[in-house]
Amino acid sequence: MCGDETMARPTLALYWAASCGGCEIAVLDLHERILDVANAFDIVLWPVAMDFKYADIRKREDKSIDLCLFNGSIRNSENAEMARLLRAKSTTLVAFGSCSMEGGIPGLANLTTKQEILKFVYHDSPSTISTNGGIMPQTHTTMPEGEIEIPEMWETVKALDQVVEVDYYVPGCPPIPDQIWSVVEYILSGKPMPPRGSVLGAGTKTCCDECARKKEEKKLKEFFRPYEIETDPARCLLEQGIVCMGPATRDGCGALCPAANMPCRGCYGPPPNAVDQGAKMVSALSSVIDAHEPEEIERILDQIADPVGTFYRFSLAHSILRRVEKP
Amino acid sequence: MPFEPKIIGFLCNWCSYTGADLAGVSRIKSAPNVRIVRTMCSGRVDPAFVLKAFQLGADGVVVMGCHLGDCHYQEGNYKTVRRIPFLKRLVQQFGIDRRRLRLEWVSASEGDRFAEVVNEFTEEIRSLGPLKLYVHGELRGEKQRQMETERVVH
Amino acid sequence: MVTINIDGQHIEVVDDTTVLKAAEKAGIWIPTMCHCEYLEPYGVCRLCSVEVVRGKRSRIVTACNYPVRAGMTVHTNSPRVTWIRKLIMEMMLSRWPNVRVVHEMAEKLGVSAPRFPSLERDEAENACILCGMCVNMCNDVVRAGVLGFAHTGINREVVLPFGQKTDRCIVCGACAKVCPTGHIRMVLEDYKGKKPEYTLGPKTAISVPSLQAVPRVPVIDPASCIHLTTGGCEICATVCEPKAINYGMQDEVQEIEVGQILVATGFDIFDATAMAQYGYGTLDNVYSALEFEMLLNSTGPTGGKVLLKNGKEPRSVGIIHCIGSRDQNHHAYCSRVCCMYALKFAHLVHDRTKAAIYQFYIDMRAFGKGYEEFYTRLLDEGITMIRGKAAEVVEGSWPDNGERTLRIRCEDTLIGKFREIPVDMLVLCNAIEPRRDADRVRKLFSISKSPDGFFLERHPKLDPTSTTTDGVYIAGCAQGPKDIPDTVAQASAAAARILSLISRGEVEIDPVRATVQETYCSGCRICNNLCPYGAIEFLEDRKVSHVNEALCKGCGTCVAACPSSAMTGEGFTDAQILAELDGLMV
Repeated sequence: MCGDETMARPTLALYWAASCGGCEIAVLDLHERILDVANAFDIVLWPVAMDFKYADIRKREDKSIDLCLFNGSIRNSENAEMARLLRAKSTTLVAFGSCSMEGGIPGLANLTTKQEILKFVYHDSPSTISTNGGIMPQTHTTMPEGEIEIPEMWETVKALDQVVEVDYYVPGCPPIPDQIWSVVEYILSGKPMPPRGSVLGAGTKTCCDECARKKEEKKLKEFFRPYEIETDPARCLLEQGIVCMGPATRDGCGALCPAANMPCRGCYGPPPNAVDQGAKMVSALSSVIDAHEPEEIERILDQIADPVGTFYRFSLAHSILRRVEKP
Repeated sequence: MPFEPKIIGFLCNWCSYTGADLAGVSRIKSAPNVRIVRTMCSGRVDPAFVLKAFQLGADGVVVMGCHLGDCHYQEGNYKTVRRIPFLKRLVQQFGIDRRRLRLEWVSASEGDRFAEVVNEFTEEIRSLGPLKLYVHGELRGEKQRQMETERVVH
Repeated sequence: MVTINIDGQHIEVVDDTTVLKAAEKAGIWIPTMCHCEYLEPYGVCRLCSVEVVRGKRSRIVTACNYPVRAGMTVHTNSPRVTWIRKLIMEMMLSRWPNVRVVHEMAEKLGVSAPRFPSLERDEAENACILCGMCVNMCNDVVRAGVLGFAHTGINREVVLPFGQKTDRCIVCGACAKVCPTGHIRMVLEDYKGKKPEYTLGPKTAISVPSLQAVPRVPVIDPASCIHLTTGGCEICATVCEPKAINYGMQDEVQEIEVGQILVATGFDIFDATAMAQYGYGTLDNVYSALEFEMLLNSTGPTGGKVLLKNGKEPRSVGIIHCIGSRDQNHHAYCSRVCCMYALKFAHLVHDRTKAAIYQFYIDMRAFGKGYEEFYTRLLDEGITMIRGKAAEVVEGSWPDNGERTLRIRCEDTLIGKFREIPVDMLVLCNAIEPRRDADRVRKLFSISKSPDGFFLERHPKLDPTSTTTDGVYIAGCAQGPKDIPDTVAQASAAAARILSLISRGEVEIDPVRATVQETYCSGCRICNNLCPYGAIEFLEDRKVSHVNEALCKGCGTCVAACPSSAMTGEGFTDAQILAELDGLMV
């Protein structure tokens, strides 16, 4: 994919859709290595750092962008349009970060409806003063000065590959800078790329493999929120009753969160073979619950507040059911 | 046209599948709506299978296993008895009525009980109506797109 | 070697042998009262006095410690010796008129009526006869130095240091064993009524469990062996002719690789102390079934005679069934063997004594071949069968002469009356229980237990000798109460299964089983305790879980539980099942 056919540097686009900006910061967190990136690539689009316009991209020929790192999920029509545009113009489109790979945190909007979100934001929220019965955003507004169009918010948040074909994935919220660098380095090396659809910058095992805590056999009678108990820093968090997504999360991040005494939240997405990250956690956790009687089982399950939000925190848009059904 | 529920049944080989077989051999009439997937033990039923069944269009899912204490593999059904309640909470949160997922114990000699469960569950699902999920539309659309893109040469 | 003349016999003995030993060699008996072959001769009782002639002089000396000299002549029965012995014996008899060994010796020496009066102080049957054997044993052999003599003359007595019980006593029991009158008692300060199991009393530090034990080799208990405690004694090594005793032997731990294991660890009996109403451990002459077996055995403490603690024959014997069995408070199950051995006890007691026998039962379970016929036969022997669980056992008196005895209070449900039956001896049919450490042992072999605590068979009807763990079998009472024919049948079945696998040399396993793909396993260990067959182990060196193919039964529970889908279930993979769903939902 590296443009060895021409003498010019390979072209690079970085785009953010429905995103928090963290993935851009992660790229900047390459620190001085960012200069190597700037030297090695010809950056043609990077809204956070450079002043290229959409028109510049539209003007380009198809497949003329060698590498596009697309972060953020598809929340509205603009995200979708840019996704399609960049897909057409790029040779290699990489779903960069958790949001584009699986929907990420914006994907949690799939727990509710567009209507409810707008109503809360523009009407019900305590810090909103709504006048005129509450004004809702319109995609098309006529003003004395002219017509204004804004993108339309979609009902359902989607991951990038639910809109366009994706070549590679780099997971993480955000991807670890060292992993970003290893991916960039590999691409620049000219070595043959792995098969299309592969996950780069991550491992094939789970977070448990990188976690330094001691793991024993697990039998749980209680679950706790992280603030409820003092945990032993040397022992597996799950064994101590803290719901840790580590066992069902792909490795690559170095198990940073457990090392900082917080349970893994699952941002690197499901492990390679898992069909659905949340379903796997349900199965794993219920297997280690130590109870037989229905009342006891229900009592223990009551201690896990919000299973969907906990187990699909980053992967809801990409899960089997993708969103919550609202009447 | 009356609504005919599509129900997926996960049956364990030694008890419930044999019980279903007995129902058949004994010519006990039961509703034809349950499509059976056989596993060796009810403990093999991964919650992902249940979610997938709903995703593919099942209106209801029933998981059947050996009675507690009688599992052919000693304790497999004890794991199921914890997984399914947990899964019910999950599907409820997804907006699927938890009555659409059921766990029943049917032993190898309980052919009539199998028929009873099938008939009763089918009627319950019938009264709940067809399950319409967002993802159904998405999958249809994706299939359509896949068929179209296959015609396009890259 | 020297030659001496004893009572006209010329014998050759090693130089420095004592006259007593020389006489023994010549077959001549010399009475002794303070002599013990394991102790240095003490010469305090003077009963072994003999007349020794050397040259023209004759002297009275004590044979036990007088060394032979060449050319010596010894008279063991001369008039002078006889007179001395008679005098000593009379003095002993008057001093200790009721001590059995003194009487026996007096009888042997033809002494009956002592000339001297006795003091009330020494009239006990077990009075101390000041032989000094206990003192010498404690100081020279055991080397604990606890016993000693104090005071002089008529006030001489064996004492503890400053007259107080001391921790220096290692409770070896050597003094009690060697005391000829039974004057010394071993008192266990914290005795809570629990006797050492199955032995009806303390046993020696070196012993065989029973004379029918296999192998019939004695074992030294290091906790009570004097030599291993103080460095003294060594009597057993001294008397062992083939010199088979090795005090330095240590326990060895051996690791043996095997393919199959048969666990036949047997049972324990219910401790009847828990049922205080029956007086076990508090009342005399109340025995557990195993203790009574030992009593009846010809190698037991009474040589097989049925005797009370005071040595007399019982006038009536009670046998209570279901102690701890068929009991909501203890074990709900029936121990199966007790009805028949209770009948056996009754039969043997009837054979050996004239005692009246009472059986207190709930049901008579005579289920086996010839059992019912034996029961009928016993009914003809005149045994009283009382259908009703005995309520309690109290101390009371014998109706005709007021002597102290036990009285069993019960309800005889067949005649509808409450009864109180006086018995001299009570035998309890204790429940058969799983061994005290059964839980620990079964976890080693991944054996489950049934609700009653015994090891769980794979199938109660079709597979009573295997367990759910392949290669591990159970037999005998470890699996549940049963008698000898059933145990033999079960054990033979297990042996046959084992041999069939050994002769085949290989095992067939089902292709449907779970495997861990190590590339994807992160060692989270969620699967580790899910397998009832113990097929999943954790490899510490590679930090991955691993499935033992020979043990895995292919249920797939671990496959569903694995959060990283590293565990695959051959034959029922995720992909296969999802494909089925796809097909079904077309």
